[in-house]
Amino acid sequence: MIEIKNITKTFSQGNENTFQALQGVSFAINDGEFVAIMGPSGSGKSTLMHILGALDSPTLGSYFLDGKDVSKLTDDELADIRKNKIGFVFQSFNLLSRSTVLRNVMLPLVYAGIDRDERKLRAEKALISAGLEETHFKHLSNQLSGGQIQRVAIARALVNNPTLILADEPTGNLDTKTGEIVLGTFQKLNKELGRTIILITHERDVAEHAERIITIRDGLIVEDSKIHERRIITSIQENKTIQTHP
Amino acid sequence: MTIFDIFEETYIALKSNKIRTGLTMLGIVIGISSVIAMTAIGQGAQASIASSIQSIGSNLVLVTPGAQRGQGFQVSSGRGTARTLTQGDADAIIKEVTLAKAVSPEISGRYQVTSKGKNTNTSIIGTNSSYLGVRNVEISEGSFITDQNLKSLSKVAVIGPTARDDLFGQGANVVGETIKIKNIVFKIIGVTKAKGGTGFGSQDDMIFIPLTTAQRFLAGDAYVTTISVQANNPESMTEIQDQIKVLLLDRHNISDPTQADFSTLNQADIVATASSVTGIFTVLLSAVAGISLVVGGIGIMNMMLTTVTERTREIGLRKAIGAKRKDINLQFLIEAVVLTFIGGVVGVVFGWAISFAVNYFGIIQTSVSLSSIFLAFGVSTGIGIIFGYYPARRASRLHPIEALRYE
Ligand SMILES: Nc1ncnc2c1ncn2[C@@H]1O[C@H](COP(=O)(O)OP(=O)(O)OP(=O)(O)O)[C@@H](O)[C@H]1O
Ligand SMILES: [Mg+2]
Repeated sequence: MIEIKNITKTFSQGNENTFQALQGVSFAINDGEFVAIMGPSGSGKSTLMHILGALDSPTLGSYFLDGKDVSKLTDDELADIRKNKIGFVFQSFNLLSRSTVLRNVMLPLVYAGIDRDERKLRAEKALISAGLEETHFKHLSNQLSGGQIQRVAIARALVNNPTLILADEPTGNLDTKTGEIVLGTFQKLNKELGRTIILITHERDVAEHAERIITIRDGLIVEDSKIHERRIITSIQENKTIQTHP
Repeated sequence: MTIFDIFEETYIALKSNKIRTGLTMLGIVIGISSVIAMTAIGQGAQASIASSIQSIGSNLVLVTPGAQRGQGFQVSSGRGTARTLTQGDADAIIKEVTLAKAVSPEISGRYQVTSKGKNTNTSIIGTNSSYLGVRNVEISEGSFITDQNLKSLSKVAVIGPTARDDLFGQGANVVGETIKIKNIVFKIIGVTKAKGGTGFGSQDDMIFIPLTTAQRFLAGDAYVTTISVQANNPESMTEIQDQIKVLLLDRHNISDPTQADFSTLNQADIVATASSVTGIFTVLLSAVAGISLVVGGIGIMNMMLTTVTERTREIGLRKAIGAKRKDINLQFLIEAVVLTFIGGVVGVVFGWAISFAVNYFGIIQTSVSLSSIFLAFGVSTGIGIIFGYYPARRASRLHPIEALRYE
């Protein structure tokens, strides 16, 4: 369903300085895969996620989503794709601080044209599955802890029943236990509902929850491995110590 | 996104910054309320001038001796002005100008009037029975001059309330009493109703006597100072005026109309002249008010631009989760329009209160017209659209990622 070929992204930084955050990335992700994109800070993970999520267009290269070339679409056509197919969890969450938790989660449904009663039901369901206690539903989002904010952001990504979920460091603010719950939610969505999930992280522990790990560094893919075959690949690479999960 | 959702968003947004919202709205409130108040005051002035002109009678064409003096109008031609209009002219008008409903010739002059030791100098009008209807005069006690009085040259008088108060004391019962005008004894047969002093010489400080009596005993000749001709309706006034002109030019043997020795004055023209003056006055006042409205609109634009900048991240997020340009555009446009519309409503109430106060304190009789209220709503909504358009458009064109990265 996702196929990118030779994607580059160049940012202009001031006058003549340009910075190439992605320097030719290619891969394909099938429906129902659970993929982690891993890499150190500044390696271009968020940039890649924005392109995969139809939020930004690549400078060069092609991106086919469900067979459609997304790199050539207009603003509003991209908005339609985001609305219908994609759920985001942003690295900085981006909740509306003036709105309640419930309204924040309902927002994607507003733009999707779902009617009011159903919005509320679906938002509550999403919040519960993201692990937020019901007592917080009516709170303003600036009254929540970092971890609670994160769960609201996850709920908002799920509420639209997107086929593709993109999560940028979704567990960054959570303790190990809650982090596990959230990752479990993603695994469940993947296993039971067949959602495609792309998880961005710089922690190997977190990445291990996925079935496939794409590692990027300085805007290039340095490793792309399925969990069950990773051991073989690692053994070929010399100076890498990878913790393995049973 | 339904319209209801947009209004909900607008409510939250405006509520979250009450002071700024209020101050920005104030600009519109001041603009709209001054437009409402100024047009009400202007129209009030117009109406009060028109009504004081109407109080001298309705659908009148006045014929006065002397050449036409441009657009102005002579109020009362006392003795000493040209003596070119005669009783014969008046009779001819009565006979020939068949469109006229009533004709009332009059002769006026100021005389010393005495009664039991008291005396005053006042206007004496010699006229006929039609005067009552033609000049909107009403009788409060007794009766007015009759045709019979004219025929028999009766020495009877109908007195105005001010003249009565001067001669006999406040509210005295005077019917049956006598007064002396130029040392001739007149018997009072009636008192006119007070009209109040309007700008055209108080009609209350007058004494009316039969025209023939005035000509014989006071003036000593058959000239008249004004012939008031009443039309049945405003439409026939011009025609009556033309007929009188033709008739009198012919009677006075004048072939060149510019050399006429009399002038005709159409009441509609007086009203039109006066209202064009007050009209300019109204336009000027409203223009000043309109400028304040534009300033208010600029305030709206300023606030909306600030809002868009402040909420850049929010806009980015909305776009990221599927909002299209038109969704964002509409949201901010409606925010601006709601702001100006509420400002407009409050402004109308305020403007109304101002003109009510002006009315209440008797400064001028104001009237807030329904059309100015609808106009105010239209204008305030329009201002929201005009001044909200650019900020909304700017918001809708933000790039989602750049907007989300905005600090
Ligand atoms: N809009 C931009 N303008 C200029 N440079 C940018 C822009 N966006 C990203 N970059 C640069 O591109 C590089 C990759 O950024 P990106 O946010 O993708 O990193 P990341 O892998 O997500 O890092 P982290 O783990 O810290 O979130 C960084 O060096 C960053 O400075
Ligand atoms: Mg990042």
